[in-house]
Amino acid sequence: MDGEELTEQETALYDRQIRVWGADAQRRLSKSHILVYGIKGTVAEFCKNIVLAGVGSLTLVDDRLVTEEALSANFLILPDDNLFQGKTLAEVCCDSLKEFNPMVRVSVEKGDISTFGVEFFEKFDVVVISCCALAKKKLINQKCRKLSKRVAFYTVDCRGSCGEIFVDLQNYKYSKKKLEENIDCQLEYPSFEEAISVPWRALPRRVSKLYFAMRVIEGFEDVEDRNPGETSIADLPGVVKLRKDLCQTNSLNESQIPNALLERLLIGTREYPPVCAIIGGILGQEVIKAISGKGDPLKNFFFFDAMDGKGLIEDISDP
Amino acid sequence: MASQEQLSAIKGAKVLMVGAGGIGCELLKTLALSGFQDIHIIDMDTIEVSNLNRQFLFRQSHVGQSKAKVARDAVLRVRPNISITPYHANVKESRFNVDFFKEFDVVLNGLDNLDARRHVNRLCLAADVPLVESGTTGFLGQVTVHLKGKTECYECQPKPAPKTYPVCTITSTPSKFVHCIVWAKDLLFAKLFGDKNLENDLNVRSNDAANSSEHSEDVFEYRKDEDIEQYGRRIYDHVFGHNIELALSNEETWKNRNKPRPIYSKDVLPEKLSEQNGNMEKGCVTDDVSAMVSLGLKNPQDVWSLGENSRVFLEALRLFFLKREKEIGNLTFDKDDQLAVEFVTAAANIRASSFGIPLHSLFEAKGIAGNIVHAVATTNAIIAGLIVIEAIKVLIKDSNNYRMTYCLEHPSRKMLLMPVEPYEPNKSCYVCSETPLSLEVNTHRSKLRDFVEKIVKAKLGMNFPLIMLGASILYEVGEDLEEDMVAIYAANLEKALSELPSPVTSGTVLTVEDLQQEFSCNINIKHREEFDEEKEPDGMLLSGWVEPPVDKDKDKPIGNGESTSNAVPAEESLEAKKDVTIQEISEVTAIATGTKRKLSEVSKGTTPDHSGLSDGTRNHNQLEKLDVDDEDDELMISDDWESLTKKKRL
Repeated sequence: MDGEELTEQETALYDRQIRVWGADAQRRLSKSHILVYGIKGTVAEFCKNIVLAGVGSLTLVDDRLVTEEALSANFLILPDDNLFQGKTLAEVCCDSLKEFNPMVRVSVEKGDISTFGVEFFEKFDVVVISCCALAKKKLINQKCRKLSKRVAFYTVDCRGSCGEIFVDLQNYKYSKKKLEENIDCQLEYPSFEEAISVPWRALPRRVSKLYFAMRVIEGFEDVEDRNPGETSIADLPGVVKLRKDLCQTNSLNESQIPNALLERLLIGTREYPPVCAIIGGILGQEVIKAISGKGDPLKNFFFFDAMDGKGLIEDISDP
Repeated sequence: MASQEQLSAIKGAKVLMVGAGGIGCELLKTLALSGFQDIHIIDMDTIEVSNLNRQFLFRQSHVGQSKAKVARDAVLRVRPNISITPYHANVKESRFNVDFFKEFDVVLNGLDNLDARRHVNRLCLAADVPLVESGTTGFLGQVTVHLKGKTECYECQPKPAPKTYPVCTITSTPSKFVHCIVWAKDLLFAKLFGDKNLENDLNVRSNDAANSSEHSEDVFEYRKDEDIEQYGRRIYDHVFGHNIELALSNEETWKNRNKPRPIYSKDVLPEKLSEQNGNMEKGCVTDDVSAMVSLGLKNPQDVWSLGENSRVFLEALRLFFLKREKEIGNLTFDKDDQLAVEFVTAAANIRASSFGIPLHSLFEAKGIAGNIVHAVATTNAIIAGLIVIEAIKVLIKDSNNYRMTYCLEHPSRKMLLMPVEPYEPNKSCYVCSETPLSLEVNTHRSKLRDFVEKIVKAKLGMNFPLIMLGASILYEVGEDLEEDMVAIYAANLEKALSELPSPVTSGTVLTVEDLQQEFSCNINIKHREEFDEEKEPDGMLLSGWVEPPVDKDKDKPIGNGESTSNAVPAEESLEAKKDVTIQEISEVTAIATGTKRKLSEVSKGTTPDHSGLSDGTRNHNQLEKLDVDDEDDELMISDDWESLTKKKRL
């Protein structure tokens, strides 16, 4: 039990969750600093969860202006035109999040995250990015990895009724309780680039089809230079062609990536609020685990599909 | 995103949410974002500070206000054009009858107690409205779908009964900290600050103790000429010293047990406290009177020494008489009453010292005494998302794809969210099938009152029962009964079953109905002369419906039969609950029988001292118990005193 004690106010507010993860974890949470980039419905859910949990600070980056579309699954934006005229998504969401927990410092950082230097990321313990093109994901992941301190890196995306979380905790040590004893555990995570470069044939059988489908769509957007989610059913022929190429390179049977699934991902550009809540909830729990050092963190992909209702963990790394 | 079919079903749907707490706040938000336009929400609770860490629609300034109403206002800010109708009321009120339920396309439960869940289940069955049921505790959660005739109802599988403790374990032979808590809360606290007229088992019943209870009754009276510290020390010495000595005199009890140590205040505290500790005389400035504050104890996570506990005990008692005298006589333990928690913590710890049981912090003691369920926002958010997904399937009648989903802390077969096909209705379920129950009872000895209390209310969960034999009514509870009928029913209660105006004997079929729940069932009566005092303390045996396997399930509530106390969690260790895990699922076993659950190989985590619980059934019940964000169940203490003293009543 190191560090300062929780205040009376904190003990009262966080009573029920201290009973879940302990006072020690609560203290670590209150000293942690989180960065999020790309605020749509899922990230809004995530932000709510960790602000309620009582992290030290949350920094929001998203310079896009608020549009009607942004309202759809994001409850942090109140549909009052006067409120957000000229304000960015990050600014509007910041105002709402502050209300959830006065003990958390919520702030906005402006600018293009791709241009932020390595030293910017050093201020954070956790970096979560969403609605990002493939190249940007790799870039930010690399910047986090260059730092001497370990920054936990996550990507999260929802397409229609499907969601994906990627986790990079680098070299992660934690303890878990087994048979009343504390066992020290260690996990080695690949970077995002390393993970998606693992040849598909090297992966265990029965890896979620969603993993492959998401790589195809992500690859398509990259090749076509589209913003994430800028797709429609008209793109299906192009996507199917890319699937063929990727499957050939990787010796994977194309039936592992069914057309129906690709279609759902292509047209599902609007978020589905129940899936945002589920993915935002799982991501919240994972970030809390990583900060508190309590509990097995997931390694290294999580998938949810409302169609079959499964929430699956997949380990995509070199064996 | 939703299909056109889904969207139009969502737009046209009228949904009822029961509960606006942890799950409810998340659910209301997700429903509104998903496009639901007509939402009704019932919750009787008001907002408390400890809700704010997860019930994100509420703010500090809302504390004390209706959850249903504040939640409505908050969500309307995000979606101003939808209709949300709040009811700050108990779902058991008679206005929420079957006709009310029939107005809805689906009912979504985010409840915190078994009683209300059973009630809503019956109303949904009677109104033939689909029910989506949910519960969370810590990182665990579940969502289930219940459709009359298609899937099992909420009560098809028996639910674990509240944990009960034998009276003698509480009054004389505690072996765990939880026993000390129950003693401090339900016996000592109730005796000193509660209703003096209630029966109370505080004083040790010793087989051949010469001391009559009359003598000890006086001990608890505060004499007006007495100094308050003197009074406190007198209570202290009586319950921790004298009573222990008295118990020790019954040597039979301690043959195979460690003997407790009597503790007197002079042994642990200086003669005169106020001289020793100046700040005890400082008055409290705040409204929240606290012994911790006046004694300068800051951290609720610290475990106090015996001396500190003794000081807290005396100081809390003093503050009750000094600052809250008007409430004395009417107090019941409340987990949000700081001074009450301090008193109970201190008393439980002093008793624990006496019996060689490890002491606990106020934080831990409060959790045990208040039966506080661990709760986090993330699990509630996930569960709410799953509820909406199932609700939409229900609306478009996509019945092949209904799932019950478990939210796990540790992955099982790579899954953190595990969907399972719902089960068929249990054909022997007395709630959703017509199957009659049977009751073995000594019809000459058992009174109608015993039947009403022990079977109709305690086992069948009815609030307003009507009991009929053929066309004649034996008993009825209701608001507009004629006075002469009330008198007849009252008289019937005291009669043995075979001596009622329409005698109940072997072979009789009784019909029991709850008019509000529109639920009725038949009970075949079978006379039996003798009952095993230990195994069947009710003196009756209900069958046709499987009782949940719990260690001590027989219930003679302490006091006058209506325990007002909160339950103590079945697992007293906070760690224990966190380790509950589903490790394997076998989908095969399941459906085959139609009566057995699919979830057949549920087993506990790794905590070795729970190995005794590792059979599937028990652990399934653990999961079923995930009911419970802020659960307030009843605590009961069973009376197996005789089994200890080897006396037989018969």
